[in-house]
Amino acid sequence: MTERPVQTILDGTEPRTSRAIEASGVSKHFGGVQALRSASFSADFGEVHALVGENGAGKSTMIKILSAVLAPDEGTVRVKGDEVSLASPLEARRLGVGTVFQELTLLPWMTVAENLLLGNEPLSRTRLIRRRQLPARADEILAGYGVEGIDPLELVASLPLAQRQTIEIVRTLLRDPEILFLDEPTSALGEREVEWLFGLVRDLRERGRCIIFTSHRWGEVVNIADRITVFRNGEFVTTREHMDEAEAVTLMTGRTIERMYPELPRPAQDAEVALDVRDLRGARVDGVSFQVRRGEILGVGGLAGQGQRDLFMTLFAARRPSGGEISVGGKRVRLRNPHDAIDARLGIALVPEDRKSEGLMLPLSVRDNLSLVVLSRVSAGGIVRRLLENRMVWRMVERLQIRTRRVAVQEVGTLSGGNQQKVLIGRWLLAEPDIMLLYDITRGVDVGTKHDIYQLMVDLIREGKALLFYSSDTEEMAHVCHRVLIMREGRIAGELAGDEIDAERLVAAALKEHAAV
Amino acid sequence: MPPSETQPRFRSRSRWGHFSVQQAPLLLSFAILAGTFGVYVGLFVANQHHFLTPFEGQSIVNTALPLVFAAVGQSIVVLTRGIDLSVGGVMALTNTIVASNMHASTGSMVAWSLIGLVIGAGAGLVNGCLIAFGRLQPILVTLATLSIYTGLAIKVLPEPGGAIPVEYTKYMANVNGPWGLIYVAGLLLVWFVFRRTPFGVAVYAIGNDQAAARASGIKVRPAKVGVYVFAGTLYSAGALFFSATTLGGDATAFDPFILTSIAAVVLGGISFFGGRGSAVGAVAGAFALTLVTPLLFQANVNQLYTDAFQGLFLVLAVVLAGLVGRLVSARA
Repeated sequence: MTERPVQTILDGTEPRTSRAIEASGVSKHFGGVQALRSASFSADFGEVHALVGENGAGKSTMIKILSAVLAPDEGTVRVKGDEVSLASPLEARRLGVGTVFQELTLLPWMTVAENLLLGNEPLSRTRLIRRRQLPARADEILAGYGVEGIDPLELVASLPLAQRQTIEIVRTLLRDPEILFLDEPTSALGEREVEWLFGLVRDLRERGRCIIFTSHRWGEVVNIADRITVFRNGEFVTTREHMDEAEAVTLMTGRTIERMYPELPRPAQDAEVALDVRDLRGARVDGVSFQVRRGEILGVGGLAGQGQRDLFMTLFAARRPSGGEISVGGKRVRLRNPHDAIDARLGIALVPEDRKSEGLMLPLSVRDNLSLVVLSRVSAGGIVRRLLENRMVWRMVERLQIRTRRVAVQEVGTLSGGNQQKVLIGRWLLAEPDIMLLYDITRGVDVGTKHDIYQLMVDLIREGKALLFYSSDTEEMAHVCHRVLIMREGRIAGELAGDEIDAERLVAAALKEHAAV
Repeated sequence: MPPSETQPRFRSRSRWGHFSVQQAPLLLSFAILAGTFGVYVGLFVANQHHFLTPFEGQSIVNTALPLVFAAVGQSIVVLTRGIDLSVGGVMALTNTIVASNMHASTGSMVAWSLIGLVIGAGAGLVNGCLIAFGRLQPILVTLATLSIYTGLAIKVLPEPGGAIPVEYTKYMANVNGPWGLIYVAGLLLVWFVFRRTPFGVAVYAIGNDQAAARASGIKVRPAKVGVYVFAGTLYSAGALFFSATTLGGDATAFDPFILTSIAAVVLGGISFFGGRGSAVGAVAGAFALTLVTPLLFQANVNQLYTDAFQGLFLVLAVVLAGLVGRLVSARA
């Protein structure tokens, strides 16, 4: 890596660190939606700056404008003091701006090595790419950033999300940016990877770089940010050095949330066992047994990528088990495909985390997305009865407080992330399942929506539903589960229940069980 | 962050392991070619009681060459998630112009071969510019230019005719043995080099995810234009081989290449979603498709049914590819 010293810091004439990047009076609209309203933002060299706000507050839009992916409707951008009008991301990159976007920009069917070295491949004297050298070069790069356990010959598409995010981060850092934007870098990362990333970020700060990041996890913001800027509804609210969580939540949402996590009602002692799994086996699921009762939230924890996702997929029959038994409401069932699982008599629904690729059809309307699973219930003779459908859809929109005015025309893709997630949850609620598998449903979701989702979960268990819950956020896991299973390499390696569940114990249990291998 | 030299390198499987999983469709295309060739040789020996002679060898290779070149051109287009229907028109235009002008002198043969290639490049340039700068769908653009190029070819040579000097055949389609394989080797060398150029990387990156490729600093539009120019040149090369074996020009003889070039790409295991596969597979696919005709002849099947059998062959191959794909992903 080439070292580019930041002059203004090193020559000592500047009393404070200097301004790295600055946006003033920036507005941007998409169609009828005003994403930014005369918003301002600035960050200095030598600081880690957190940009926080709800989904749709304009954080990502601001980052995209500052990285020249989007052009502002009005307002000015200054990089290192000079007013610039950046025409392309490439130009921003030349000025020393590097960005890890929320949507990954990796090439899925190319190898890790090809991705890391794209545009920077080792060349022979005849100017041809030395493909055989790619893996070794990638090894060097990964080792240089302290990344272990990623095979550079693997296709990116076959890597778990956390590793893809890791590669994306490394790829951006490789260009040694002076100003680094990280747009929700941790939402796809596990505990250890977050530690790894923060180590790198601190290192960059010491070298005088400017790092701007967004996160919906307050713990991370407090952990690493020197200053915090709050955005709300496309407007700048404040920039401060210190802020406590309650204050931040109020600034971000404009409402006061008394307590983030709800009081969990205990399941009745004699509650019926809703889901009984015995010795379930399949791809990355290795002899898993557990029971969930009605009115209970069972967490499935452990380090990221220990087979939790595979377990959820298998229970939803999106994957075929190779052995074991599943009983629903005391009756043994055989699920061949998700259609069986959704079937009213069994009522298993899976709400996935990756709302873009596994759940929503972004170009379709809110209504079409919501009613998808239950179309047959509002149809007669194969014809959808719009009146019934609309009534049903509106009820769900109101119940979940989805912010949309025209369910039949508004494309889901134009909703903010939190509202998209609500639509996805609403779709499965309409199917009236008894058992809901909630897989990391709060990932990348803002604090207000998270609060709504927790409240909804409490309502659901009050109604007697059984919930299986996985979250990449350990803090959340600790607060919204009655019991937590610790998974390791496809097996249940432990269980925590009741008062013994807290974030530290969960991490300790996950790590201890891991170390015991 | 000191880069540690002693870091144990993590490999989830061996280099060959990765290759066999990631290139399963390519390996399958060779298996299909080997299987088809095996059946053909078996039938041939059963009927003729002797092994293939150089005559059969040259016949198969010379028949396959036009399709091999067209299929590699089509592969590059499909790798960018496009499709090129104009292949038939480009080949017809090249064939008719060359057949109307070429004389038996070396100078004329070289010059008109090069002009033929330039015609293909030019036709590809038009396709590429319309697609890259007009932001139009490749299928629509090439459907339109297919008609235009075929129309121009009919204008050049309204009826089958023209003449290709016999000397040209000696160079392009040696009748004494399968020497045409040298051209195949040359083509594979071109592919090998292409894969190692930034242009090759760009082609794969665009097919993977155009937006991501752009965000990674790849100049998408010039690369796309380049793809169609490259493909057009290869179609013309295919047309030159075709001209050399048929010794004449015929504006209507090239329509089958549209479907067979796409079929060869499919057999070669190249993904229609772009970014995955190798033109080497399409070469194998082109040979396998070419073998179907002599195979059916040896099996005493009426030549009228050749198309139907080629279709059946394609369906079987695709089903097989699907099965292998599932097996591989289950193992991976």
